[in-house]
Amino acid sequence: MQTRDLEKYVAEHPFFAGLKSDYVKLISGCAQNAAFNKGEHLFREGDPANQFFLIRFGRIAIDIPVPHGGAITVQTLEPGDIVGWSWLFPPFAWTFDARALELTRVIAMDGACLRGKCDADTALGYDLVRRFSAVIAERLQATRLQLLDVYGTVKG
Amino acid sequence: MAVDVRVIERSDLSALLVALREAGYEVIAPVPGDGSIDYDVVTGDGERPAGFSDEQGPGAYRLKMCDHELLFDFAAGASSWKKFLFPPSLTLFSAQRRQRSFEVLPGTADPPPRAFLGVRACDLAAIDIQDKIFLGGAFVDPSYRQRRKDVFIVAVNCTRAGGSCFCASMGTGPRVSAGFDLALTELKIGERHCFTAEPGSDRGEAVLARLGSPPAGPALEAEARSASARCAASMARQMVTDGLRDLLVQNQEHPRWRDVASRCLACANCTLVCPTCFCATVQDVTDLAGERAERIRVWDSCFSAEHSHLHGASVRRTTRSRYRQWMTHKLAYWIDQFGTSGCVGCGRCITWCPAGIDITEEAAAIRAGGATTTAPNSGG
Amino acid sequence: MEATAAASRVVSAPENPPNPWIPRRFRVAARKQETSDTFSIELADAGGEEHEGFSFRPGQFNMLYAFGVGESAISISGDPAAGGQPVHTIRVVGTVTRALGALRRGDVLGVRGPFGSAWPVEEAAGRDVIVVAGGIGLAPLRPALHQLFADRARFGRITLLYGARTPRDLLFGDDLDRWSRRRNTGVQVIVDVAGPSWHGNVGVVTSLFKRVHIDGPDTVALICGPEVMMRFTAVELLQREVPIDAIHVSLERNMKCATGFCGHCQYGPAFVCKDGPVFPFARVKPWFMVREL
Repeated sequence: MQTRDLEKYVAEHPFFAGLKSDYVKLISGCAQNAAFNKGEHLFREGDPANQFFLIRFGRIAIDIPVPHGGAITVQTLEPGDIVGWSWLFPPFAWTFDARALELTRVIAMDGACLRGKCDADTALGYDLVRRFSAVIAERLQATRLQLLDVYGTVKG
Repeated sequence: MAVDVRVIERSDLSALLVALREAGYEVIAPVPGDGSIDYDVVTGDGERPAGFSDEQGPGAYRLKMCDHELLFDFAAGASSWKKFLFPPSLTLFSAQRRQRSFEVLPGTADPPPRAFLGVRACDLAAIDIQDKIFLGGAFVDPSYRQRRKDVFIVAVNCTRAGGSCFCASMGTGPRVSAGFDLALTELKIGERHCFTAEPGSDRGEAVLARLGSPPAGPALEAEARSASARCAASMARQMVTDGLRDLLVQNQEHPRWRDVASRCLACANCTLVCPTCFCATVQDVTDLAGERAERIRVWDSCFSAEHSHLHGASVRRTTRSRYRQWMTHKLAYWIDQFGTSGCVGCGRCITWCPAGIDITEEAAAIRAGGATTTAPNSGG
Repeated sequence: MEATAAASRVVSAPENPPNPWIPRRFRVAARKQETSDTFSIELADAGGEEHEGFSFRPGQFNMLYAFGVGESAISISGDPAAGGQPVHTIRVVGTVTRALGALRRGDVLGVRGPFGSAWPVEEAAGRDVIVVAGGIGLAPLRPALHQLFADRARFGRITLLYGARTPRDLLFGDDLDRWSRRRNTGVQVIVDVAGPSWHGNVGVVTSLFKRVHIDGPDTVALICGPEVMMRFTAVELLQREVPIDAIHVSLERNMKCATGFCGHCQYGPAFVCKDGPVFPFARVKPWFMVREL
C-alpha cells in the first residue's frame, strides 16, 4: 500500500470530509491499512487504545462482554463510520469489544502518533476533536434513545 | 314570523303539567332535595313547591325559603338535565355465553317520552351542545337519540342571576331563543303572579291551545323581556370570550396552570355537574359463573388518573395537566371539535368546586399574562 | 313554526341508526404466536344475520371485545385485499389483550369497526415511499405495505426501516424476506440490542437513515411506533427534505368507544379515534412537544 493511496482514502472518508489537504498529508503519516476476517476482533475491552479505525468495507459490531462467555451487541457500524475514541482520552483503554461481522477493511490510525501531532499543532487538534465530538454526541443521543427501551416491556 | 305569546296564571300552571302528562309525557320538574335543587318526576296534581331560592358563589351553595312564593327563583342546582339524556350509568348491552360463543342481548330499556319543565337558557344551550356530540357526527348514540327525540321542553327564562352565573357573557342566556317547545317567564306584578308562555314549536302551540291560554298582550310581553334584561344586567360574573380559544391554546405552559393545580383537588366535581361534559368509560361485569356479562357505560372525568391511561401509565400524570385539559377542552378545543364553546356559563363548576376555583377567574388570569413559554399556535 | 337548530338535528339523525356500541361476532379462524408476547389472530364470520362481510383501509383499527372482560382498540394487520377475514396482531399488555390471547381457534369474540383514518397510500402513487416502523408499530403499517406491493408498479422506490427491541421481537419475518426481494425496494431492520448470533444492524431506527438514499421532495413517509421514535424519525425526514405534508404518523391514546363519544382519546383538538389514528404530521407537530397533553 502506497502512502499516496492512504492519503486518498483518508481524504475521501466521510469522517475527514473537508479536512485541509496539508492536514490530510500530515495525519496520513499515522495511518495504515488493515483487514479483519469475519469474527476477528479489532480490539477487546481493557486493551490499550492506541488506534482508531475508519471503515472502508464490511461491518463492525460493538459488543459488551457479559458473564457466561457471551456478548451483547449494542451497535453496528458500517463503511463511512469510525470506530473508537478511547485513544483520545486517558487512560487510553478500550471500553468495549469491536468485532468484524464480515471481512472488513479499515484504515487504522495510530493514536499516539496523532496525539503528538495534535499537541504540536493545536489547530489540527481542535479540528479533530470537533469531528470526534460530533460522533460522540450522535452516539450519545442514540444511546439515550436505546436506554428509553421504547419498544420494551410495558410499565405497570 | 310573529309568535303568539300567551299568559298562564299561577293557579293554572298545574294544569299545564297535567296537560303534558295527558299528552303522554312523563313530566320532570325541579324539586328541592338533598340541599340543592334537583329534578324529579311530577306526580299528583302538578302543584309545584313555592318560595325556594338559593345563594351561590365559589364553593358555596345554600338553598333557602323566601316569602315571595315564586316557583323558579333559583339558579342552576347540582343536577342538570344531562342525567336524563346521557344517564350516569347505562347498560350498553348484555351478553350470554353460548358454549364458545355468546349472544348479545339488549341493554337498558329506553324511558317513556318526557317533558322537561324549567329548562334554563344555559341548560338548553347545553342540550344543544350534547346534541352535536351524540347526534351530529358520523356516529349516532342510539340511547341519546331515543331519549332526546321526544323530549318536550318547557324552558323558563331567568329573572334573577345566581351568584355563579355568567351565561350573558357566554351568549347563551338568560333568555332562551330557540330549541324549546314552550318558554315561560315568571312574573309578579303587584298581586298578580303569572307566566308569559311563548310557543317554540307546533307541539308547544298545541298544548297552549288545549289550555286555552289567552294572549299575554304587549305590556306583559314587554315586562317579561325587561325582566330578562334586568337579570342579564345584574350578572356580576363574566367570561371574556374574545380570542379565548387562541389564548388558551397558546398558553399551554402558563404558570397559572401550576397555580390552579395547587388549589384543585382533582375531585371531578366540575365535570360531573357540568351540563356539557360527556366523558364516559365502560365497565364490564359478569355474574359469578361468568355466563352472563354486561357492558355498562358510566360517566368519567378527565381529572381521573385512568382517563388518560396508556400502556400502564397516565399520559396526564399531574393535576396541572388534567385541569389544563379540562379547561382548554371546554373553552378552546371544543370550538375546533363542535363549532361552539363547551361552556354555557351556568356556573355549576364554580359553585360545586370544594376549593372555590372559578373558571372565569382562571381564564382572566391567563389573559392577564405572565406566560413564560408558548407552545402550539395552530389548532389543526 | 320556526324549526330550531336542536330539533332539526334530532330530526336529521337517521331514524334507525346502527348501534355503534354493539359488537359483531367473529370466530377465531387461525392463531399464530408471533413472539413471546405478541400473537396474531385471523377472524371469520361467526354466522348470524349481523354479518355483511368486512372491509377496511390500511391503518384502521377495530375494537375487539373479549366476553365479560372488555374491549381493546387493535389495529388491523392483515392484507386489505383478503376481504372478510380481518387479521389482528396483538401484544399482551393488559387484562383484555391477555383474554384475547387466551382465545383459541373456534372461539368467538366481538368486533366493532373498522374505525379511524387510513394511510394515504393513493397519495403515494408515482412517488417514493418510506415506511418507518418501531416495535408493534409494524402491525398497522403491514396492510399499507401489502397494498403497496400488490400494486408495485404504481410506486417509486419503497424503503422500509424497522426497529425492534431484540431479534426475538421482530415481527413478520416472512414478509420482511419477501419484501426485501422485491424490485427497487430496500428493507433495513435494526434492533436495540442483540446477542452474538445476530448479524444484522444494532442501534436505533433513526441511525438507518444514513444507510439509505431518500429522494426527499418526491417521497411520502408513513411512520408508526412509540411517540419518541416518531418524533426523531420526523426530524430525520425533514432534514432530508421530505415535505412535512408528505409525512404521516399513527398515534395511540386511551379509547373506550372509537366513535368520538367517550372523550378519552383527545389529543389537543383532535379525537385520535375519528380524526386519526393516522394524522398528517403537520397537523400534530405542534402538539408533539406539549407535555402531558
